[in-house]
Amino acid sequence: MCDTCGCNITHGNENFIKPGGKLHKTESGKEAVSVLHNLLDENDHTAKHNRDHFDQHNVLAINLMSSPGAGKTALLEATIQQLDKNLRIAVIEGDLETENDAERIRKHGVKAIQISTGSACHLDAHMIHQAIHNLDLAEFDIIFIENVGNLVCPASFDLGQHLNVTLLSVPEGDDKPAKYPVMFRASDFVLISKSDLLPILDDFKPERARNYLQDIASTAPILELSSKTRLGMSHWIDWIKQQIDTRKDYLKEHPVSSHLQSHTHGHQHTHEHVHKHV
Amino acid sequence: MHELAICQSLINQLEAIASERNARSISLIVVGIGPLSGVEAQLLKNAYPVASAGTVADNAEIVIKQLPVKVQCSECGCESETKPNKLICKNCGNWRTTLISGDELLLLSVELETAETASSQPDSVARANTGLH
Repeated sequence: MCDTCGCNITHGNENFIKPGGKLHKTESGKEAVSVLHNLLDENDHTAKHNRDHFDQHNVLAINLMSSPGAGKTALLEATIQQLDKNLRIAVIEGDLETENDAERIRKHGVKAIQISTGSACHLDAHMIHQAIHNLDLAEFDIIFIENVGNLVCPASFDLGQHLNVTLLSVPEGDDKPAKYPVMFRASDFVLISKSDLLPILDDFKPERARNYLQDIASTAPILELSSKTRLGMSHWIDWIKQQIDTRKDYLKEHPVSSHLQSHTHGHQHTHEHVHKHV
Repeated sequence: MHELAICQSLINQLEAIASERNARSISLIVVGIGPLSGVEAQLLKNAYPVASAGTVADNAEIVIKQLPVKVQCSECGCESETKPNKLICKNCGNWRTTLISGDELLLLSVELETAETASSQPDSVARANTGLH
């Protein structure tokens, strides 16, 4: 990885992407310019900014990703019920249409912001930025982002989360990590959801899912879980609490950069881009 | 179809470069994509005319360099060229590897038409060095 601009040049790919180094004229007399910018620079910049916001308030942000119907909202409902009441939760919901999922969360007395993406197949950092300006981050310890149900597109967009959790539901089949390596490579924790169905859908072998994850060099832990029967829920809750502590410890040693220390809601931003505070 | 969103981000970068260098238009764009970036080269190409319409990069040719997937083994240090869903060491079979090529999503270079280049001869000499930033 290039430390200067994040363009991920390594000794393994430099021969393919290394520029001539010169600004020069082409045979047809045009000016050729070497660039080496990540195409998602703009998104990644905003993602970093979001992460700084979360860190400034000691909020842990977890991005939940999966296929549609793998049980993200059910997991959140079970999590809200089981997590210690002194941990304050908010949820950012991404869906193409409807407020259904946000309404399910609100019924549990938890703040939920719905992002309707229209035809967009993923959340991006700008959408999350808008959403977090509708939240007073000082009031929360943990923000769950429920991404659009999709195992392809959300994997490419950093939102500013600290951790990615991917659900792989039993009815989907155990070979999803082999079919969607980009998504599963980005995962920090893989939950085999709807595990109560394993005795019925016995062609799903958790061991095989684990092997497929190893094939993509994933070191993410994997947990069999059921939001319905609460199987595995206590491990999941322990993992979340451990991650909150880990992040707090990290921030004690690596405080948020100084420009954000003075960046609070209700006053003008000191950095280059402008947005409204609510 | 997140390729359209990525294409729009590409156009924003192209417009910034064109404006910085006072270019009239952009004629060629070279992009480097690895299979583990999650972006399909053909879909990006298809999205390009839609995203670039009416911009300084309208009608530019887009060339996509597909980068190989390569891993380095944490045990034996061997480098292997492999498949996106088989990131294990070909030498010793270890799965604890580091990806060293294959997840890139980079704008590599562009060719610009400026007032100067439009009036100059094709065999003009090389000029200022940009280097990496």
